[in-house]
Amino acid sequence: MTAKLKQDEPDTRNILDTMKQGVIGKPIPRVEGLAKVTGTATYAAEYKIDGCLEGVMIQAPFAKGTVTAIDTDALLAMPGVVAVIEDPRQTARAAQGTANEAPVQEPMTVTYYGQPVALVVAETFEDARNAAAQAKLTYDIEQVGSFDPQDVEAEVQEDSATRQGDLAHAVKTAAHAIDTTIHTEGHASAAMEPHGSIAEWDGRNLTVYASLQMLNYNITELADSLDLEEDRVRLVSRYVGGGFGSKLGVSEDVVAASLAAMQLNRPVRVVMTRQQVFQTVMRRSESAQRFRFAADSEGTLSGFGHEARVSNLPQESFAEPVLQSSDFLYKGENRLLELEVARIHRMTAGSVRAPGEAIGMPALEIAMDMLAEKAGVDPVELRIRNIPDKHPANGKPFSSHKLEEALRQGAEAFGWDGANRAPRQTRDGEWWIGTGMASAARVHNVSKAQVRVVLAADGTARVETDMTDIGTGTYTILAQVVGEMLGLETDKVLVSLGDTAFPRGSGSGGSWGAASVGSAAFVACNAVRDALCEKAGINTDDAEFKDGRLNGGKTFSDILDGTEIDRTGEYEPGDISEDYVASGFGAFFAEVRVNRFTGETRVTRMLGAFGFGRVLNEKTARSQCLGGITWSIGAALTEALLFDPKDGHVVNQDLAEYHVPVCRDVPDCEVIMVDERDPAASPIQAKGIGELGMCGGAGAIANAIYNACGARVLTLPMTPDRVIAAMPD
Amino acid sequence: MRPFDYQRAERLEHASQLTRPEGGRSIAGGTNLLDLMKLQVETPDTLVDISRLPMAGIEDTDDGGLRIGALASNTATAVHPRVKADYPVLARAILAGATQQLRNKATTGGNLCQRTRCYYFTQINQPCNKREPGSGCGAIDGIARIHAILGTSDQCIATYPGDMAVALAALDATVEIAGEGERTRRVPVRDFHCLPGDTPWRDNVLEDGEIITGVTLPAPVGGTQIYRKVRERSSYAFALVSVAAIVEMDGDLISRADLAFGGVAHKPWHDPRLSDHLVGSVPSAELFDKAADILLDTAQGYGENDFKIPLARRTLSAVLAHATGTKI
Repeated sequence: MTAKLKQDEPDTRNILDTMKQGVIGKPIPRVEGLAKVTGTATYAAEYKIDGCLEGVMIQAPFAKGTVTAIDTDALLAMPGVVAVIEDPRQTARAAQGTANEAPVQEPMTVTYYGQPVALVVAETFEDARNAAAQAKLTYDIEQVGSFDPQDVEAEVQEDSATRQGDLAHAVKTAAHAIDTTIHTEGHASAAMEPHGSIAEWDGRNLTVYASLQMLNYNITELADSLDLEEDRVRLVSRYVGGGFGSKLGVSEDVVAASLAAMQLNRPVRVVMTRQQVFQTVMRRSESAQRFRFAADSEGTLSGFGHEARVSNLPQESFAEPVLQSSDFLYKGENRLLELEVARIHRMTAGSVRAPGEAIGMPALEIAMDMLAEKAGVDPVELRIRNIPDKHPANGKPFSSHKLEEALRQGAEAFGWDGANRAPRQTRDGEWWIGTGMASAARVHNVSKAQVRVVLAADGTARVETDMTDIGTGTYTILAQVVGEMLGLETDKVLVSLGDTAFPRGSGSGGSWGAASVGSAAFVACNAVRDALCEKAGINTDDAEFKDGRLNGGKTFSDILDGTEIDRTGEYEPGDISEDYVASGFGAFFAEVRVNRFTGETRVTRMLGAFGFGRVLNEKTARSQCLGGITWSIGAALTEALLFDPKDGHVVNQDLAEYHVPVCRDVPDCEVIMVDERDPAASPIQAKGIGELGMCGGAGAIANAIYNACGARVLTLPMTPDRVIAAMPD
Repeated sequence: MRPFDYQRAERLEHASQLTRPEGGRSIAGGTNLLDLMKLQVETPDTLVDISRLPMAGIEDTDDGGLRIGALASNTATAVHPRVKADYPVLARAILAGATQQLRNKATTGGNLCQRTRCYYFTQINQPCNKREPGSGCGAIDGIARIHAILGTSDQCIATYPGDMAVALAALDATVEIAGEGERTRRVPVRDFHCLPGDTPWRDNVLEDGEIITGVTLPAPVGGTQIYRKVRERSSYAFALVSVAAIVEMDGDLISRADLAFGGVAHKPWHDPRLSDHLVGSVPSAELFDKAADILLDTAQGYGENDFKIPLARRTLSAVLAHATGTKI
């Protein structure tokens, strides 16, 4: 039986707060944590399957053109090689998140350097890898004018544009005006677990163990790629070693393994090498972002302009949505927001860790810091002064808005001194010391989702959905939602995820997983509660579920008397998504040391205060925030994809040369969670958490660098060379 | 990785004999070689495992110096009491490199032979004169952020990426090399690595069949010893620029200034003119600046790495100011 809730109105009942079990929000360690740290959690490529062949993708050594032939005879003569799979159904470019249809096929038509064109299958991985590296391709190359997004024409994305009032005039007549352009470099998602799949074909049905974030979409993308009915395809992703957007859509390895298994009637594993992950997995676009502000003498905005250029391949619809939170974050009746996309032949740009705000917010917050300085206003006060009471363009109400609280609580905990913000006030030997702050914002997303909850005859619960846990804590928070609603300790709730044999969840992406599947579980639990109360002959409104007993009396098991209650809950956001602007908000405070000779920057303190609705698990929520802050440090100081100007290939293609932060780069960070229930965000009053921690943090670090040494660095990451170049001496 | 023969060397002569033919490579810690074999940058026919040869010792020499066996791990060297007490620049350089796990495996000899991190060297479908002589250099008109500014050639602008050898160059250490039969030779670390010139495939002076047996350090010289490594992140990153410095004062005058630089050339860079310029002078910002002029008088940037020229100047000034207690 399926219980459905389409949410058209805010749910202000806060039902979870009225429950008595007391497990919701508690800092319960991740239920799968022990399995992961002891190596017993089986990741996609680790399943032991007899007779499994190994496939490695052949990649195009050029950016644009057509492969006309592959010398398969030569490959088949190589040691260990079993087959070369050339198939027009093979994925040329991975599906974008939530594509829900076959990704781009016809892989012989090449649009970026390193694009997979075919698969070599061999008895061993090393033989397959060697053959793929030696493959002789015949091809016609089409010349590409430029790989540089600043060198080509760009097209404006009209659907995300806002044009209101007269920004140019407002800037011209303003007491304080800002006109600055900030550049950010591209990012790799850099998940630890490389993309890998094992496909098994029994002649009719296909099972694929894969590392994916959104099985509910991926099954359709895969089935459509293969021209198979969906009910003949099963995807399994029980554990995912980091997604960060890179595993949203079905990827080349999944389809390649499937095609090979179906052609060869043997299981086939395809694991990307680290270099292939860097070459083929979607990048975050670099950006150029121009800000134009008009403010009165007190710093209150009358004009707000954010114009940005990002890039992607021709035909790719995704455009890094850097304006997303600029849309509603600050005042300014004269508004101009425009995003344009330059078409270049670097690999596909797509979702990488908080697409949009991860680079849009830091840039915006650098520009705001410049305005604070110009207007002589405490940067914290400037933000508070510019919080609109409704959406500044379309007038919609906010569902809940905790920016001011986050700013104030963060400032107090950090010991923020906003009075004297002149740069270069503190030095310790070679090191300038300074502080900076930034707002955080990330739109709240929520999606349709289904979760099955079974209250078993023994009084324990089973929870099933094809939702994934990509290291975020989904297993644990679902046990807590269900435990709270059904009156069970979490060890009495068994959560099974990552298998398309289960009802469709939301998938993990856009920080929407917890609110979406948490709400679906909530809906299912309400139905289970009703059914149990009906059996017990009482009204649900009068029932208290606690410790496996109803109203302190009979156990669930006694009431069930050998039967079980099986309900699927379906949650779907209705009018609430249209009627309200919903967002997580927060504030970052950073202290840095900048070496006056070498320009090296080290973050010595970092604090984030965030409001994201109900906290389902204090520990996993805090861990998400810490992860976001860590990525903020990476975006600020070290992370940059480098592209060869001659052929557009990624040159830094491993974790030694693509610099994510290491432990020594990350100080002991403080996280404050602002108490909040957002009734229009979801029926469990929760919003997205995962990405908010990196939506602005790099701006706080940039502003701290300026405060420390007077270097206003306008290109991220702020590597030593850029800091030196921006230093006043 | 391609199939290869594995042989365990029982004696040094045996190792020398096995690595003499083309395609024979010795392996100890393997922290660099195995990565390059996976990428097929290195495709040896035979791996000669020398890790069990008795060359891991660290012992005093008759002249008061120290001999570090070729198989001493980087960790063992960095924590050795005499290294810490008498050659702190070496301990600091080693600890500035790689990660704890890598340092536990990496050896003295292997570290000296570490190959470049040039992006084009490690990507076998890109041109690289070092990996494939005559194929061209992808870095010169490509992404040269991590590349050399001193001693480059039109064939190659790669750097030697290590830290330990930079300190050894400042210390004027000597590499002991065993060859065929009983033949051994001693080469100053400063002459061990080659400049790319017209033979960029040649990293160092080792001939086929030659094996590093150890490194000897001269008697301690004291002074202030600094290893300063500038990098984007604070661990597990190669130097943009590094400076190893041994500086001593006699009253107001500099009496010793042994300097070597990493991240700027195909070898640990040692320029004897710097010592001549600095020794006997009163330290000052102007003196340091002139030292940088001397160091960098032939420096050439390749666009992406132009920043290394001012960065090397600034880092040298910072190190000299620190070492001499000069305010600048």
